Amino acid sequence: MIFENVISAFGDVLALNTLMLMAMGVACGLIAGSIPGFTITMAVVLTLPFTFGMSPIEGLSTMLGVYVGGLTGGMFASALMGIPGTPSAISTTFDGFPMARNGRPGLALGLGLWSSFFAGILSAMVLVVMAPTLAAIGLEFGPWDYFTLVCFALTIAASLSDGALIKGLIAGIFGMVVAAIGEDAINGAERMTFGIDTWQSGFDFLPVLIGLFAFSQLLSDLRDTEAAKKPMLSGKHAIVRMEHMESIRLNFVHWITVLRASAIGLFIGLLPAAGSSISNILAYDQEKKASKHPEKFGTGIPEGVISSEASNNATAGGALIMMMALGIPGDAVTAVMLGALTIHNIAPSPTFISTQPKLAYAIMIAYFLANFMTLALTSGCLRVFMLVTRVPLYILGVVILAYCAIGVFTLSNVIADIWTLLLFGILGFVMRERGFPLTPMVLGVVLGPVAELNLSRAVATSDDLTLFVTRPWALFFVLMAVFSVFFPLYQKAREKGRRWALYFGPAFMVSVALPLVMMGGWFRIGLGILLLLGGVALAFQRSRQAGTAV
Amino acid sequence: MNRLNRDTITALVLLLVCGAFFWQTFSIRVVPFSIMGSEVWPRFVLVLMFIMTSIYLFQSVASPPERPEGQPFSLRAWVASYSSALWCFFTFFLFVLILPPLGMLLSGILFVFTTQTIIGRRDPRSLVIHLLVSLVAVGGMWAIFRYGLGVAMPTGTLF
Repeated sequence: MIFENVISAFGDVLALNTLMLMAMGVACGLIAGSIPGFTITMAVVLTLPFTFGMSPIEGLSTMLGVYVGGLTGGMFASALMGIPGTPSAISTTFDGFPMARNGRPGLALGLGLWSSFFAGILSAMVLVVMAPTLAAIGLEFGPWDYFTLVCFALTIAASLSDGALIKGLIAGIFGMVVAAIGEDAINGAERMTFGIDTWQSGFDFLPVLIGLFAFSQLLSDLRDTEAAKKPMLSGKHAIVRMEHMESIRLNFVHWITVLRASAIGLFIGLLPAAGSSISNILAYDQEKKASKHPEKFGTGIPEGVISSEASNNATAGGALIMMMALGIPGDAVTAVMLGALTIHNIAPSPTFISTQPKLAYAIMIAYFLANFMTLALTSGCLRVFMLVTRVPLYILGVVILAYCAIGVFTLSNVIADIWTLLLFGILGFVMRERGFPLTPMVLGVVLGPVAELNLSRAVATSDDLTLFVTRPWALFFVLMAVFSVFFPLYQKAREKGRRWALYFGPAFMVSVALPLVMMGGWFRIGLGILLLLGGVALAFQRSRQAGTAV
Repeated sequence: MNRLNRDTITALVLLLVCGAFFWQTFSIRVVPFSIMGSEVWPRFVLVLMFIMTSIYLFQSVASPPERPEGQPFSLRAWVASYSSALWCFFTFFLFVLILPPLGMLLSGILFVFTTQTIIGRRDPRSLVIHLLVSLVAVGGMWAIFRYGLGVAMPTGTLF
């Protein structure tokens, strides 16, 4: 059965039209990634309207092409001009740019390209193995567990919002409020419409998403009037030739860096809503700490470029695992893909792989292929992609604003959706300016109905509310949510040298051990006991270090 | 002591938004025999939002963000710094307004040309470029969706 589905998925993905769409997606991703200020999420969001008329496999393959292409495209501007093309390539500038300035721009790009490719392939292999396993675990979830999982997704998204925990939580909850407007999916009652007719059916996901991510981003970029009038990038970078053989050799020489950065990228991708903008910095930092010559970082060494580029590409695999296995977006891009699935009437949930096996395998195959296509297109057409960055931002920005309107209209063929786009564009712009992160809000919009549905199911199944903390998985996610809320406080306390910060890690290990032991089964009980013992040992060690007794 | 900073104002606006939405939950129809009423979930999330916003308000009052040194707040300077964004919002608003009478193609071309000319360069060469870009970009996208993807784009009542 699995074999038949894989063969069938191969047939669909390898169809000529799907391959062409994917290649176009990769090219668009590479271009969008190379434009400073444009994010990969924005590129994927703008691709969405084109996918309405496609089959789910064609649509998702195209979006995956944009995603993988964008992750690699971000390094062009980072390495050649020292300006991150996307937030996922910030740390590529640290060593990629010095390397280019030292006369090796071809090596900087080659290293980035090949480490992206190797990490992408590693991450795709983990995706194939891990997604079905995690989905099998997801089948154990009851509505209580799923509800608390959604809560955890929102709290972790907020806690990773760059020092804006409360603002992140407000944004996430406000997203849920927005999703609750209009007709209630369970009882059919009209809610919070303020008497506005067009709000009765609620807000469509696409205008909200494009408004929040693309519209507001463009207007933020256009704020600097003088900068917007100049070409986005200038300079002599069109004659760069990649040093492929040397790059491949160096990737093999630094294979531990590739593995470590890929593992970090995968792990960050698995965390709900934590994307490649976090993983590249974390991987670079870890590589520097693990290095025998940390002082050389920042001067243009291969490990710096490899760690950054390998981690950001590997994040995609982790994010896809979460999306396919549990129906929870691993980052903002997979949140958009979840939206695309719902537009095609496919409900993302732990049963996704078992109920839509062909589509699930097609996503895995498309992710593999997208990495190969990115490699081929980058090697062959780098100069063409860089030409787009010579267009002044205001020209490109306004054209994309018009495209946003046309794209949004195509969803339901109603002009009201364009008003919604404007409304959420203004809202997103104001939120950005006031320091509210947008990813938690989008997660709130996507996961709000899922949380409500599961809360309703939980209440319908049993009136015992203690099940939200007595069921092992529910308790596990509640604890994860609590610790993720306290994580930013812990980071601040650690910086200030507060004593309680020493015990945050051990407390987390001991707390998480409890639900694992409650789950039963030799592996989980064993893991729980290990965590318990490890947590206690760590607490003793730290208390001794601090010169106090526990 | 000046306690009214931008965070405080934002928090107060959010509390007002919370209040308005909460007030709306009293208008939700009671569905007979439903296990969880339609108003339960919105009220639950609004209470959470109220709590978080209250914490935000408290933080903004207790430890207000440091004011950037320099000139005091001036509306003119604020409008100048946001002029491009404000123009984009305004022209986009006009674009949606003229969409029903003019249709997507014409209003789209007008929107792109006007906005580029307002926020960008205005020399004769740039004007020609803006015109060409608006014709090719909007016309191209319109054609792709209209003929390539078979989407019925809005046609104007006047043209």
